[in-house]
Amino acid sequence: MNGFYTLFHKELLRFWKVGLQSIFAPMIATLIYLFIFSHVLEERAQAYPGVTYPVFLIPGLLMMAMLQNSFANSSSSLIQSKISGSIVFVLLSPLSYMEVFVAYVLASIVRGLLVGAGIYLVILIFFDMPLQSLSWVFIFALIGNGFLGVLGVIAAIWAEKFDQLAAFQNFVILPLTFLSGVFYTIHSLPPFWENISRFNPFFYVIDGFRYGFFGISDVSPYFSLMIVGIGFLAVSWVTLRMLKIGYKLRQ
Amino acid sequence: MIPAIEAKQVYKHYGPVSALVGIDLEIEQGEFFALLGPNGAGKTTLINVLAGLTLASNGVAKIMGHDVVRNYREARRVVGVVPQELVFDPFFSVRETLSIQSGYYGLRNNDAWIDEVLYHLGLRDKENANMRTLSGGMKRRVLVAQALVHKPPVIILDEPTAGVDVELRRSLWSFIKRLNGDGHTIVLTTHYLDEAEELCSRIAMLKKGEIVALDSTKNLINNVSGYLIRLRLSSEALPSDLQPLLESYAEGCFILRVNNYSKIEDVLAAFRIEQIRVLEMELMQPDLEDVFVKITGNTKDMESV
Ligand SMILES: Nc1ncnc2c1ncn2[C@@H]1O[C@H](COP(=O)(O)OP(=O)(O)OP(=O)(O)O)[C@@H](O)[C@H]1O
Ligand SMILES: [Mg+2]
Repeated sequence: MNGFYTLFHKELLRFWKVGLQSIFAPMIATLIYLFIFSHVLEERAQAYPGVTYPVFLIPGLLMMAMLQNSFANSSSSLIQSKISGSIVFVLLSPLSYMEVFVAYVLASIVRGLLVGAGIYLVILIFFDMPLQSLSWVFIFALIGNGFLGVLGVIAAIWAEKFDQLAAFQNFVILPLTFLSGVFYTIHSLPPFWENISRFNPFFYVIDGFRYGFFGISDVSPYFSLMIVGIGFLAVSWVTLRMLKIGYKLRQ
Repeated sequence: MIPAIEAKQVYKHYGPVSALVGIDLEIEQGEFFALLGPNGAGKTTLINVLAGLTLASNGVAKIMGHDVVRNYREARRVVGVVPQELVFDPFFSVRETLSIQSGYYGLRNNDAWIDEVLYHLGLRDKENANMRTLSGGMKRRVLVAQALVHKPPVIILDEPTAGVDVELRRSLWSFIKRLNGDGHTIVLTTHYLDEAEELCSRIAMLKKGEIVALDSTKNLINNVSGYLIRLRLSSEALPSDLQPLLESYAEGCFILRVNNYSKIEDVLAAFRIEQIRVLEMELMQPDLEDVFVKITGNTKDMESV
């Protein structure tokens, strides 16, 4: 327990030491997005009854920023220590692979939540944001960040160079986030794309998260939670296997 | 008593390269042991297998009786490893690095021991410096300190003195000797053979992934028969009678191997007959270097480091 706590604490310290970059940068980026979109698209029809388009956008952008940050946290920490070689200190320690896994993912979740909370607080100043159910919001924030934290671990274990990690980010993470209904409800899509979106786990993260704010969503939040939960367990299982057999780390 | 280190038929293949080929090795508790061999012999690979950093392709390795794969947590608790590569975490200071490392082993209030280690490694005035700002030799000292935070019964040092100045080398070894005196088992690799000869009671020599010699330092040296004589002569050529004794020729000096002192008279007699004058002569006691050269047939790799 103690060893685990040290690694978790070290991971928190790591992003805290570069705090400005790791927390404020995404906050500013998201706010810029939001002001541009809301200015340009003010006239657009309401996505849901009573929900203006800019307000509709907020949960999606918020979640997107969190997902990008939780992914960035575990993946950049791991790939850096892999490439610099300092990962040996973790590999030499008696930490179990489960402890290593949880420490990295938990640190990712904390970073994602901090970024999310920061953006949310600023948004409250400028927008009149409804909040139907804090629990749903929190649950989806938690599991979404966890999901991406795990994907970050997988990507960093798999990648041997920084550009491979960037490729994973550009060809997997980015398309999945952008095609997940951040900017629209999938009902507004042609049927073909609507069906494709239904295979994207990120869609359920954002849809469920949005439900927490508006009480309206494309699919039931319980169904979304189930899908995301299954997805989370599946990627966690894969990651734990990788860590257990020492895939790329002990070969 | 349970051996400190036990390797049974350990193999490691990297694709077509075989880094370890059936290593069998037992090191008793309390030994001061050296793993020697030319570059690429497999020393680091063997250490990595023992530390659990690399999974063996085949075979079993145990530290203090704990299987490094099946009981990895227990095995890692009882071993401290100084890796060969200079690695460090650029986010932290020396003391932070050591506290974090202690934390991994579940040690919360380790400051007294950390202070002691810092002192013996000459790091006291650097404890608050960021790792990034340290010189290479200083970083190496921190690596040694990191391996010692949990007072492991087995300490493995992979070239701890590479790039380290004379003064630290001396203080490092006296600290390590003290730990050995307290019962810690020490295993080291080095390319400075005089270091191994002075410190280690037993030596394994590796070549191409195999143990080619394993004996006490004394026996290894005694088994190199005879002495070497280095000669500079007035002649370019060696009398033909003496050709069989020729060990090597470099920079105008002949090195001859003789089995005993009386043979030296024969050599001098041969020169007299051919009217060759001896310009310089040096009698060399056999040392570990001779053993190394003889067994691994390798001088270049050793000198390149
Ligand atoms: N990750 C790896 N992938 C492929 N080959 C490797 C890897 N690590 C080591 N080898 C090979 O295994 C062999 C043994 O290497 P090792 O590092 O164990 O040698 P060493 O005895 O420690 O040498 P040195 O004195 O230079 O440190 C070498 O042929 C090396 O090229
Ligand atoms: Mg080596």
